Amino acid sequence: MDLNQKFTPETWPEKPELATFEGKNKFVGFWLFLGGEVILFATLFATYLALKNKGPEGLEFTTQGLFELPLVFVMTMLLLTSSLTSVYAMYHLRNFNFRKMQLWLGFTAFLGLGFLMLEVYEFVHYVGLGFTYGNSAFSSAFYTLVGTHGFHVAIGLVWITLLIFRNAKRGLNLYNASKYYTFSLYWHFIDVVWVFIFTAVYLMGVVG
Amino acid sequence: MSSVAQKKGFGAWLWDWMTTVDHKKIGILYFLGGAFFFVLGGIEAMMIRIQLLNPESTLISAGLFNQLITMHGTTMIFLAAMPILFGFMNAIMPLQIGARDVAFPFINSLGFWMFMFGGIFLNISWLAGGAPDAGWTSYTSLAITSPGHGVDFYSIGLQLAGAGTLMSGINFLVTIINMRAPGMTYMRMPLFTWTTFIASAMILFAFPPLTVGLFFLTFDRLFGANFFDHTMGGNTIIWEHIFWIFGHPEVYILILPAFGIFSEIFPTFAKKRLFGYTSMVFATVLIGFLGFMVWAHHMFTVGLGSTANAIFAVATMAIAVPTGVKIFNWLLTIWGGSIKVTTPMLYAIAFIPSFVMGGVTGVMQGAAPLDYQLHDSYFIVAHFHYVIVGGVVLGILAATHYWWPKMFGTMLNEKLGKVTFWFFFIGFHMTFLIQHWLGFWGMPRRVFTYMDGQGWNLANYISTVGAFLMAIGVIVLVINAIMTTVKNEPVANDPWGDGRTLEWATQSPPLYYNFPQTPLVRGLDTVWIEKQEGNKSGFTPAVPLQDIHMPHGSIIPFLMSFGLFIAGFGAMYRLETAWGLPLLIFGLLWTFVAMSVRSVKDDLGYYVPKEEILEDMKREGGQK
Repeated sequence: MDLNQKFTPETWPEKPELATFEGKNKFVGFWLFLGGEVILFATLFATYLALKNKGPEGLEFTTQGLFELPLVFVMTMLLLTSSLTSVYAMYHLRNFNFRKMQLWLGFTAFLGLGFLMLEVYEFVHYVGLGFTYGNSAFSSAFYTLVGTHGFHVAIGLVWITLLIFRNAKRGLNLYNASKYYTFSLYWHFIDVVWVFIFTAVYLMGVVG
Repeated sequence: MSSVAQKKGFGAWLWDWMTTVDHKKIGILYFLGGAFFFVLGGIEAMMIRIQLLNPESTLISAGLFNQLITMHGTTMIFLAAMPILFGFMNAIMPLQIGARDVAFPFINSLGFWMFMFGGIFLNISWLAGGAPDAGWTSYTSLAITSPGHGVDFYSIGLQLAGAGTLMSGINFLVTIINMRAPGMTYMRMPLFTWTTFIASAMILFAFPPLTVGLFFLTFDRLFGANFFDHTMGGNTIIWEHIFWIFGHPEVYILILPAFGIFSEIFPTFAKKRLFGYTSMVFATVLIGFLGFMVWAHHMFTVGLGSTANAIFAVATMAIAVPTGVKIFNWLLTIWGGSIKVTTPMLYAIAFIPSFVMGGVTGVMQGAAPLDYQLHDSYFIVAHFHYVIVGGVVLGILAATHYWWPKMFGTMLNEKLGKVTFWFFFIGFHMTFLIQHWLGFWGMPRRVFTYMDGQGWNLANYISTVGAFLMAIGVIVLVINAIMTTVKNEPVANDPWGDGRTLEWATQSPPLYYNFPQTPLVRGLDTVWIEKQEGNKSGFTPAVPLQDIHMPHGSIIPFLMSFGLFIAGFGAMYRLETAWGLPLLIFGLLWTFVAMSVRSVKDDLGYYVPKEEILEDMKREGGQK
């Protein structure tokens, strides 16, 4: 692979993320990794459902009393929108429009950061109420499941920030195209996990 | 002057091994690392057996005994059997499919160093106030109340090693999916490659639950979580489910590669193609699938109810069917073959009855009502040693002899190899056969001693003598390895003379780019086909001679693993020391910075010029 190879939108391959051998390996490898991540989150979900609202005698905090859907709704909207903006970014990746791709990825990171801030706020709020990590089996399972997701978001944010700044000056090439693409896969995956968290933890917690 | 030069040479040599991303070298590292822990786990086993030699023995205290059985099991499974198998997978599988390397050489190196640091972390527990003592299954009813830091060493050490395993699993999968040589269709892949493929897929889906379970355990013990504490609403059965959802596939992750090894050895030394290749492949896939469906047979006595027990009992027994298919295929491969009884072949032949015995006792325990009788007795110990030693360890020893010339470029001594075999084989049956009866006679497992006059004395005595025979066998093997390494007589491409698969069509050991040209595969057992048609090299190139793209070595995998290693200590001593938390943060930051460097720094690899390859080929007298 030659980093100095110059492309125009016309010569840019249709699927740049798969245009190199390394890119193909990354593509397959990352999908497999996401398969493993599915199992990881499935285990966390199963544990959460088993320990939901379980605690010592006279458990003070339950899903009904604790969760507030408006906040979670805003978080959900932020993260879902960030997935959409990352799709726009990938559209521009395929069209060899580096500037617009970076811009949309910037929006993605910005929305992701908003989500993460709200999650931090939510956790701080709960801890302030006395719903700490060690409060009950329920609290441990809740923070571990939702926190693992939040940790994934944080990792994604650092990842995309590094990518945006690392490649800001040199533009798109076949070497970094697959890196951008892998990030977008990852970002969609976190989004999907959040949809399940929203449903299984918050909706079923308050409504169910 | 010269000593300075030598010193420099040593430094460069060490640096080379620390930064290598070559699958053959990483294979050797895995192999040697695993062998080291194998000896360590063996010493623990010997101490267990010496303690049980006589009734009411006071040689070893009850507490130390618990640490020994825990560390013996954990070491042998996670730090010996898996890494040694990973060594063979690394060293051989890419050669078998005609690839230059694995798909992600960097991650390959990272996987190795994670394993190594995890193993070291776990074993430092011996020096830091006591090893884990809650059994290798670490049931949390014991584990969350175990005093000291033993169980923390277990949960964090395995976390590191397990993460390394997961990475390697994904790596092997992508390698096999994307990097097969032209003509190497899935149904032309050698069985060892197939079993590596399926075992890797199982790793991908079995290790994440272990990761989560170990995090729960760590958080419960060190960060105030309450997953398993019933007074806080927790539930200890969750651990058992999570552990066995990982743990049962794990035994197939171990045995499938061993099946693959024997499926290579039988055709080679019977000079016949593998009988029922297609059914072998499907049996492998089926075992891999069913392996995920049976975890609760470890929990029959927990009280899941008779419906659950019945379902899991049936699923368990179903696994005997594809396994039986394999056994008959091996027998029919030997049938009518032109058999050469080499050391690997000896192991392979001995494996069949040994493993079948383990399988039969497995079906016995699969019957839930009978399991209530056998549970927690020495019968269980006998059973799983029959499948693990009679299957996996015999496979590892066979592969050690079979692929030694390919990995190290010299042959192990056949005579000493056979001496090892007989000591090990007789010792193995002597140690574990009698334990079936010990179980029937009521001896519970995991007891540090037993009373006199229960009729268990002689059986335990025999068992311990057998263990010594096994130890002698292993010592002879170590001597053999050292002797042949010192002698270092180089061997040809195919030292066994009857190699059938692609690894035998390149040098022993192969040059760092494996094949000067990517090979063309024209069928199953491609080297054998080529040889039959008069092509002595067993090799037909698929492409003209061209520059070869290779990856750069890197120290970053070592540094990343090291950061997590020290972070582990930080997490463990966070509560009682002032430096714990800073060390945890520092270690994580260290790893993170190393990751960022990897991400930001371009690494495009380099090209080996055509001329250099031509030079190599002339010197080695290789293929035209």
